[in-house]
Amino acid sequence: MLNPPERNDDANLPTAARDDGTGAEVPLSVYDLTVAYHRKPVIWDVGFDLPAGQLIGIVGPNGAGKSTLLKAVMDLIPRASGRVRVFGDTYRENRHRVGYVPQRESVDWQFPVSALDVVAMGLYDKIGWCRPVRKRHREQAREALGRVGIGDLADRQISQLSGGQQQRTFLARALVQDADLYLMDEPFAAVDAATERAIVEILRDLKERGKTAAVIHHDLQTVPEYFDYVVLLNMRVVAQGPVSQTFTQDNLQKTYGGRLTLLDEVTEAMRRRESSL
Amino acid sequence: MWQVKTSSRNALAGIASCVSGVRLSRGLWVLAMLTVSATVCHARGRPSPETPSPSYAFEWTDSQWGRVLLMKDYNTRIVIFGVAVLGGASGLVGSFTLLRKRALMGDALSHASLPGIAIAFIAANWFGGNEKSLPWLLVGATASGLLGVAVILVIRNQTRLKEDAALGIVLSVFFGAGVALLGVIQQMDTGHAAGLEGFIYGKTASMRAADARLIAITSLIVIAGCLVLFKELKLLCFDEGFAGAQGFPVIALDAGLMTMVVLVTIVGLQAVGLVLMIALLVIPAAAARFWTETMWRMMLWAAVLGTGGSIVGGLVSALFPGLPSGAMIVLVCSVFFFVSMMLGTRRGVIIRLIRRMRLNRRIDRQHLLRAMYEQLEKSSGGPDHAGLAERTNRRISVSLGKLLSMRSWSRRRLSRAIERAVEDELLRIQDGACKLTQAGFTEAARLTRQHRLWEMYLIAYADVATANVDRDADKIEHVLAPEVIDQLEDLLDEQGMTIPVPQSPHGPLSPGETLSPGETPGVLGTDADSTPQRDASGGHP
Repeated sequence: MLNPPERNDDANLPTAARDDGTGAEVPLSVYDLTVAYHRKPVIWDVGFDLPAGQLIGIVGPNGAGKSTLLKAVMDLIPRASGRVRVFGDTYRENRHRVGYVPQRESVDWQFPVSALDVVAMGLYDKIGWCRPVRKRHREQAREALGRVGIGDLADRQISQLSGGQQQRTFLARALVQDADLYLMDEPFAAVDAATERAIVEILRDLKERGKTAAVIHHDLQTVPEYFDYVVLLNMRVVAQGPVSQTFTQDNLQKTYGGRLTLLDEVTEAMRRRESSL
Repeated sequence: MWQVKTSSRNALAGIASCVSGVRLSRGLWVLAMLTVSATVCHARGRPSPETPSPSYAFEWTDSQWGRVLLMKDYNTRIVIFGVAVLGGASGLVGSFTLLRKRALMGDALSHASLPGIAIAFIAANWFGGNEKSLPWLLVGATASGLLGVAVILVIRNQTRLKEDAALGIVLSVFFGAGVALLGVIQQMDTGHAAGLEGFIYGKTASMRAADARLIAITSLIVIAGCLVLFKELKLLCFDEGFAGAQGFPVIALDAGLMTMVVLVTIVGLQAVGLVLMIALLVIPAAAARFWTETMWRMMLWAAVLGTGGSIVGGLVSALFPGLPSGAMIVLVCSVFFFVSMMLGTRRGVIIRLIRRMRLNRRIDRQHLLRAMYEQLEKSSGGPDHAGLAERTNRRISVSLGKLLSMRSWSRRRLSRAIERAVEDELLRIQDGACKLTQAGFTEAARLTRQHRLWEMYLIAYADVATANVDRDADKIEHVLAPEVIDQLEDLLDEQGMTIPVPQSPHGPLSPGETLSPGETPGVLGTDADSTPQRDASGGHP
């Protein structure tokens, strides 16, 4: 609605978005994306191609525009410029192939719905306009709650779930969408250890089934452990590539500037990872 | 409503057969049926016996009171019916706006409609039209109401002012302009602006059947809209971003919801009045929220409360033309609200107090049992010999005074806690001192272990995400990963504070059954079928 599809303009597409004959689709490619609030750019000339079938961490300091990036990809906020291709086409065309996990704080958890209701919302698009949620949809939702380990809490009102359980509910809602690309906005924020493990397991399971997940992540120490590929973002893309090559002290310094106090710990984490390989 | 069932059964059957294709959620369906059947019933007129029974001959039935209460007048009947449907529609729409946190939009809209009404009146007068034609006045009201909302949106989106400031500005400026224009009308030659006051505070007494029909039809359209778009609007209100990501047109849905608010508000002006229209949009929905945690039930309740409030308020205003119906509806609805706020079974004040009391009791019990366990630990020669505690338990009893000195609790509170523990057979009283029963001992050991693990967790993992850890969970194993618990156990061990996990309190401990050292059942045995209980805030009916 905000950005009319510009399909006749192939020259400006990122190279990977064009059909290169290899058959492998690029799940998400962003080219020259700029988003501004009140004339102040939040992200600026951002461009990248995400590799298919990998777990991708999007990392950067607070205010680096990570959430803005995801929202702009899904046409939720207006773009000042730039182009987004999801599996080689506009988001509008391929939105059914994208699952979304918003930030947990983005909704009011006092809302009078049960966990099952929330998960069923992931099916609304498939159910279609003005049609009711039927039993088989509820079964599907219940099964997704089981996959994230809280099947027994399906009928509980959402404010009676702990933070981790709420996050799992959101994850289950994305799972019922049965997408090929998952965009997750800080799923690991303020969750308990058991939930963190559950989410990691689900991410690995998605990867095994050939799905791609782009996850905004704050905890630098766990990046090497959880992700294959990383996009370092601070208004612009500072660096992107496989974790082993890209997630370096030098690049982190560039991303976080003087604000990074965890550098040594990250170096340590990387060393542990290398020695374990 | 009791009339409905008998009089229009045939109509009901007919409607049921043609509507049954559209399956709606069960409760909303019932509501729809009731409303539709009520329409049929009232359109036919009140079903009364062919020959009036003798009791109707009493004098009071011919008095104004009797006429209104029995709804003998066709006009009263249709007006009350119109207002009732309006109340139902407001309850439904109000639930959505309340959950969307846009409740005050309706207020701004209704206040902003006043200058439109006045201008429409003046214009009609100027061009020689019928200045009291309701549709014409409502066109004016809609135009200026929407203008008001548009101004709010412009202020909110184009400046740094927040929505509350924008609402305040628009609401007062438009209303002020409207009052000024009413003053102008009073000065005009024709001067019969008297009817316009009804728009400010509402006056069912001055409504005609045609007006009521307009209200009823519009409200029914709104009710249908709410039912058909229930799923979409629910998603919009809960998670706008996710709705947008799924491809639902958020702006169009918002506009649809706003349109329904506009329709209800504008047709409600005459019945409720623009000053108090917001009450019908907010109060039933807010009151309903106390009774349920399910959205469609909340909407059903809101519709019922809105309908009830409107009927009573409308009747009173029809009885005493001096009493504005808006005020009466607000008063009746506010009674509903306060009753709901106190007695609401899900979120009411009283139920919350009860839950708080239960939580306090639970905490008291935990403190009591832990205090008992710590005493046992001391008597059995310190935590190193925790295994001895069980045997010691048979011999040692702890006096009330000792327990009292262990925490800062009052004697009364402690005695109560002991009484309840005795009732639940966790404690025994012997010669004025307390002794743990077998079940009590098991529970005390479990609680103490859990408490120590949590303390250790907070010390060891203070920097890790603890904000949302469910510390009230009955079993720590449901919240923390087994390896974390293992680590914590090790830490406790180093400090000699470890507690062997006793057998489950739910099964009787067979004699001779002991735990081998190092074995920590319950840690690895994560029984997947039991759920973490959080009864303090839990919504178990």
